[in-house]
Amino acid sequence: MLLRRTDLPLDRDASGRFLPWLVAVMVYLAALALICAIGANKVVARWDQGLAGRMTVQVPAGESGSDAHAGAILTALTETPGVREAEILGAEEIARLLEPWLGTGAAYQDLPMPTLIAVRIDRTAPPDISQLRRRLTQIAPGTVLDDHQSWLGKLLDLARSVQLVAGLVVGLVGASAVTMVIFATRMGLSVHGRVIELLHLVGAQDSYVASQFQAHALRLALRGGVLGLLLAILTVLLVANLLGQGDAVALPDLSLLPIEWSLLPLLPLLVALIAMVTARLTVLRTLGRMP
Amino acid sequence: MDGPESTQVTLRRRARPRRCKLYETKGAVPCSPPIAFGRNSWVLVRFEDVSLRYGAGPEILRHVTYHLEPGSFHFMAGPSGAGKSSLLQLMYLAQRPSVGSIHMFGRDVAALSRSEAALMRRRIGVVFQDFRLLDHLSALENVALPLRIGGQRADKVRKHVAELLAWVGLADHLHALPPTLSGGQQQRVAIARAVVARPNLLLADEPTGNVDDRIAVRLLYLFEELNKLGTTVVIATHNETLVSRFSHPVLRLQAGEIQLSRSAPAGSRSTKGSAA
Repeated sequence: MLLRRTDLPLDRDASGRFLPWLVAVMVYLAALALICAIGANKVVARWDQGLAGRMTVQVPAGESGSDAHAGAILTALTETPGVREAEILGAEEIARLLEPWLGTGAAYQDLPMPTLIAVRIDRTAPPDISQLRRRLTQIAPGTVLDDHQSWLGKLLDLARSVQLVAGLVVGLVGASAVTMVIFATRMGLSVHGRVIELLHLVGAQDSYVASQFQAHALRLALRGGVLGLLLAILTVLLVANLLGQGDAVALPDLSLLPIEWSLLPLLPLLVALIAMVTARLTVLRTLGRMP
Repeated sequence: MDGPESTQVTLRRRARPRRCKLYETKGAVPCSPPIAFGRNSWVLVRFEDVSLRYGAGPEILRHVTYHLEPGSFHFMAGPSGAGKSSLLQLMYLAQRPSVGSIHMFGRDVAALSRSEAALMRRRIGVVFQDFRLLDHLSALENVALPLRIGGQRADKVRKHVAELLAWVGLADHLHALPPTLSGGQQQRVAIARAVVARPNLLLADEPTGNVDDRIAVRLLYLFEELNKLGTTVVIATHNETLVSRFSHPVLRLQAGEIQLSRSAPAGSRSTKGSAA
């Protein structure tokens, strides 16, 4: 029989039963929060990339017809430095854009539809947007130049909010882990007071006692953390599968890249590390106060 | 086999060999580190006007002054409640005196940090009156505790500890948990734990309280053999009959005060301790 590595019977403590489950729940929540944050970030990146360097000019339909104005505006756009390409959208393209709102086969031909001009600009040397906007308005009053920035800004705000909430959740998880481990460790110190006293009397340093508590906390937190992570991954796969069945282009993309998957195991490791360090510091601090 | 007398033991005398051995074995037993004496270089333990009281209670020890030389052997006798256990607790650094100073191994114990006190305790073996074995550890693991705490390798510890347990007659109980052992067997495990690291100072609180007189005498012979190897020994007991069978000086405690006397047969052994 090998000699036992721990002198304190910590495995029999109540903490051995409840701590892994609590850590599992916390890691589960933290993993979901992180995945949501990554998903929100991806949505913003996707829209940003899709819309970057693009603008839309909307020329209102007038009584004299918008085509004349549209032609003048198209000319003005192409002559503007920094504009790479400007193209009037055809009727089919407009019909495709309107389809989600008006449905297929809608008789919108009789409606006063504005002319839409898709513009691509040079991202490295973009035109002066406000000056261009003034110029276009002079040519055709009511012309709208949409550089998508306000829309993207709101999306970015949303993504940042999601990331902030995710950060708060992770922070709360860390704080909860610290609190739980402190509680469990102090309970262990109290329950095993006589054993600890004996260890001291036969020459154990405080660090020797602390090493047993920290190893115990590391084991429990790691066990709970891995369980929580596995449950979170299962949940994400399930949700991603459900999202993939619908046409939800604006919803977060929950399919993670390999590098992102590889980062997730760091979460239980981090929580286990926090638990270990907390247990050690708690023991050293508590024993250090003793005479 | 149920008693230490059942195992033939040969102990080396006085001069510590280059490879220290507590008992006959093929392997080397780790030696205690050499004693580094400071200002009080000729004493191992020095109590100066030490008093002890718990909280606002009465004084358990009153103006105790005495010293122990390295290699001495003392009984500590006195009726129950005289303060024997308290005096031992002061010596194994489980208590701090209310008044007075204690020097151990040349160091003022009041000036020791927690870390230094822990290191000093490794040089002190203690047999507790209530044994204080860890019930969830086997006899082997209990005895191995001081060695493991001292950072010794598990494979060497196991062999050494198994031999020591065999020496005290517990070869068949290596893996037994303390609750399954008799009082006498537990006592021998406690004694083995106290001596396994070859302490410079061995303190035993009523070490023969749970065994019959025959075993008690054998255990005291064991302590004597340990003493001959250089360990300073103090044995607290209220068994005057047992004390009288040996020639060692006796620290008598009466109502918290200490006196040094010689037990019969007197003159057969020089005393190396004194009390004021």
